[in-house]
Amino acid sequence: MRALIIDDSRAMRSILVGILDEAGFDTVPVADAEEALALLDSDRNFELALVDWNLPAMSGLELVVALRKIPNLEDLRLMMVTTETELERVREALDSGADEYIMKPFDKEMLLEKLTLLGIDV
Amino acid sequence: MRASDLPAPQSAISPLAFDYIRRLVRKESSIVLDDGKTYLVTSRLGPLARECRFESVAAFISHLQSTSTGKLHTLAVEAIATTETSFFRDHHPFAALRDEILPEMVRRRSTSRTLSIWSAACSSGQEPHSIAMILRDRFANLEGWNLQLAASDISRRMTDRAREGLYTQLEVNRGLPAPYLVRFFEQTEDRWLLREDVRKLFRFFHQNLAEPWSVVAPVDILILRNVLIYFDVDMRREVLRRVRGLLRPDGYLLLGSAETTLNIDDLFTRVPVGRAVFYQVTPKKGQER
Repeated sequence: MRALIIDDSRAMRSILVGILDEAGFDTVPVADAEEALALLDSDRNFELALVDWNLPAMSGLELVVALRKIPNLEDLRLMMVTTETELERVREALDSGADEYIMKPFDKEMLLEKLTLLGIDV
Repeated sequence: MRASDLPAPQSAISPLAFDYIRRLVRKESSIVLDDGKTYLVTSRLGPLARECRFESVAAFISHLQSTSTGKLHTLAVEAIATTETSFFRDHHPFAALRDEILPEMVRRRSTSRTLSIWSAACSSGQEPHSIAMILRDRFANLEGWNLQLAASDISRRMTDRAREGLYTQLEVNRGLPAPYLVRFFEQTEDRWLLREDVRKLFRFFHQNLAEPWSVVAPVDILILRNVLIYFDVDMRREVLRRVRGLLRPDGYLLLGSAETTLNIDDLFTRVPVGRAVFYQVTPKKGQER
């Protein structure tokens, strides 16, 4: 399984890559939305995307909306991974096309439980 | 082991103090504390000792030893007996309840329109509240049914918490699907409050499973997760005997993922459902469910 990780924090990318690698994923970490979209132009072979909300330039929420418009990517499971903890933010993310939402801070077990909710065997 | 179970170095207790607590817990709750569970005693009693203004867990235990059994002893036993929980813990048993067990039960009970569920060691309530959310989400047709939904725990503090339905961000971050968070919770400053119509579905009450049970009516679904592992074989056998007396012939028992009736009580049949395992009372010869 391949996972795209979009987070502008090097430390957070490293944490997410560590957890998902251990769970058997092939991970591709990128630092912003533009890089993610450029990558998906030529490679749509991803089952999972973890998206930070607060990204430079295009926001994570805008990225989710953009990802949901890309053809042949309908099966991509999208989870927001974010410090945004307002109920309205969670609602907004789901309404925009995110499938799941995890608030920072979290631990490995919490993240893997969320993946199970997305129907991903870990 | 939870990170919070790690004791601070100064909270060490003597082998004699540990042995006293072990005997107290065994006597009051039938829960067996194995050797090497000192960390569990110190971590669980630490907050209670601080709250009661003792300078250390050791001083707290020393006080318990020198006074006759009373409220503090009960609180100490309850603090140690508290089990970890989370919303939709282990996922698969709840998926099985949602997709197979509950639809089957609702179909079978469509004439009597009565459904009875008991979550028998509910801790802070995430387990019964997870079922309550499933019922609200998937079984809107139960309007007008006689729903007997009960949840109990040995700790009154826990049943109070469960009744309150107020959870931290860390608690709602664990295992709870985000669509359910949005649909069933309200945010109150730094806490998350389960909506009243969901949190009032289950009735919460105190029950020490080692004492006589106050639930006597037949039960359709009995959830007893991560309880048997803390009991010795005799108590496990006794609990399962009582469960058999309480479950309807077509009812289901759900145990923790590391628990089984095998080699304890032969009168149960193991029933795999989806990726979970339930148990039913084996019908006597000539009887059908």
